[in-house]
Amino acid sequence: MLPEYRITAGFVPLTDSMLLIVAKEKGFAGSEGVDLTLIKESSWANIRDRVAIGHFDVAHMLAPMPIAATLGLTPLAVPVIAPMALVLGGNAVTVSTALWAKMKAAGAPDTLAAGPVGKALASVVEGTERKLRFAVVHPHSGHNYELRYWLAASGIDPDRKVEIVVLPPPLMPDALATGGIDGFCVGEPWNSIAIAAGRGRIATVKAAIWPRSPEKVLGVTEAWAVYNPDALSALLRALYLAAEWCGQPANHAEAAGLLAQSAYLDAPAELLRTALSGKLDLGGGQTEQIAEFFIPHAHAATFPAAWQALWFYSQMVRWGDVAHTPENASLAHGTFRPDLYRKALGGIAPALPTLDKPGIQTGPFFDGIAFDSQNLDHYIASQRPYA
Amino acid sequence: MPHRDLSILIVDDNRLRATIIEDGLREAGHNTVTVINSSNDTARKIVETAPDVVVIDLENPNRDRLEHFFSLSRALKKPIAMFVDRSDAAEIEAAVDAGVSAYVVDGLKKERVKPILDMAISRFNAFARLSRELEEARSALEDRKIIDHAKAILIKNRGLSEADAYALLRRTAMNQNRKIVEIAQSLITASGLLEP
Repeated sequence: MLPEYRITAGFVPLTDSMLLIVAKEKGFAGSEGVDLTLIKESSWANIRDRVAIGHFDVAHMLAPMPIAATLGLTPLAVPVIAPMALVLGGNAVTVSTALWAKMKAAGAPDTLAAGPVGKALASVVEGTERKLRFAVVHPHSGHNYELRYWLAASGIDPDRKVEIVVLPPPLMPDALATGGIDGFCVGEPWNSIAIAAGRGRIATVKAAIWPRSPEKVLGVTEAWAVYNPDALSALLRALYLAAEWCGQPANHAEAAGLLAQSAYLDAPAELLRTALSGKLDLGGGQTEQIAEFFIPHAHAATFPAAWQALWFYSQMVRWGDVAHTPENASLAHGTFRPDLYRKALGGIAPALPTLDKPGIQTGPFFDGIAFDSQNLDHYIASQRPYA
Repeated sequence: MPHRDLSILIVDDNRLRATIIEDGLREAGHNTVTVINSSNDTARKIVETAPDVVVIDLENPNRDRLEHFFSLSRALKKPIAMFVDRSDAAEIEAAVDAGVSAYVVDGLKKERVKPILDMAISRFNAFARLSRELEEARSALEDRKIIDHAKAILIKNRGLSEADAYALLRRTAMNQNRKIVEIAQSLITASGLLEP
């Protein structure tokens, strides 16, 4: 069968670009009539620009990126939508060996529990004269917003008590080793790479800060989605089938081998396999099987629930990226498109999630507070102390 | 009315390309040009040079870091925005196609910046063309060596003349719808396997 749709997708070489790579390499794209070309990019800015000018039809994106583009917060802002999520979880906060020693002394447990680890960090921050410096991959990223949430809920003002800088992941392990930064929040394989080099310690993980939380999405310009509805549906089906395959632990070793290739992540397959399994080396000889560390399929992982977009929006408001107005909230809400997901997957997804009903649709954060998208104004107001 | 000389910062890890851009800018009369690579202390350099225009290659993973730095108004006296914001669609595409982007301080007139970006685009394209030609020349030379090696094997093992050895390689390639160099490479590999 000749492919009906030629689709070019940009991706950043991270473990969570997996669905695109597997969709192509395992033939899920081909069987849906999609000839998928994958192009590796070195920055999120390139992903944004090349989607905006049409070099890429679709791309692996940080979940807040389509929202930021739609709200006009970025250069080359064109309306971008997320018709599918690509993974839940997958990030970790790694700190330098020196900072971890201080946190241990301040009572940090070995369990990754976000609450007590955050409390220990708060007491180190209080007792340290200079500002500790943490790196994230991009201002509009799950990494930035979950790190800030964790710090703030632990009693650390992320804008005044510490410094948060943006650094490309490949530079993070070295920056940690040389003291340029004290910690970072990043996806795999970059935590494991830093740990394998003996440069740090995983303090906590995204799954502990906010269980089953959104991380990456498939980003598409609204215009491309409107003009290519059949191609988009075919791609969403291929990605869904890829997610099902990726969700089987029995396939982790093969998936790691695919991702390891030089055209993709160009990283050791064994390291990627551990990242996919969630059995991570935390550093200092401790290996931990982390529950729900990286979720490609279970718990409706690929469903782009509109409340997820609203949570990211609430954090953009909280940290001063955008003013809270009914118009902005509505724009953000409309960025995630469960309707397109449903339309494409009606035939193959056994039970389509009802996660976009109003009200609380997700478990609470580590501080016990749940996000209720129906009470957005109240949620935003309640987070004011650090805004 | 004479303008103050613009301060231009080039961020490019490819030193040869950076030099080509720098030369172009100097030829166009820009005297305040600084070149840095991403391993330098970028933030400090930006504050020191207080650039009006920043030209950066798109392969540079530090783009996200630089954009974030530009967005912090306290870091710089004047905020820096992406040039292409205020440009036309064709210019944006030409820049991204060439693999370059530019940022300018707020309020700088488009007419003053456009020639700089145009120059950067054309030099980036020229550099890419040169690199491609060099790569093609290198790979042609490499192919030549492989074919010569295969011919030598045929001359030695089959007692063919050089012309006949080449004709055999070419005929086989045509019959199998493959390149001569591929047939030559297979022959070398096979002959290596058969050696004692």
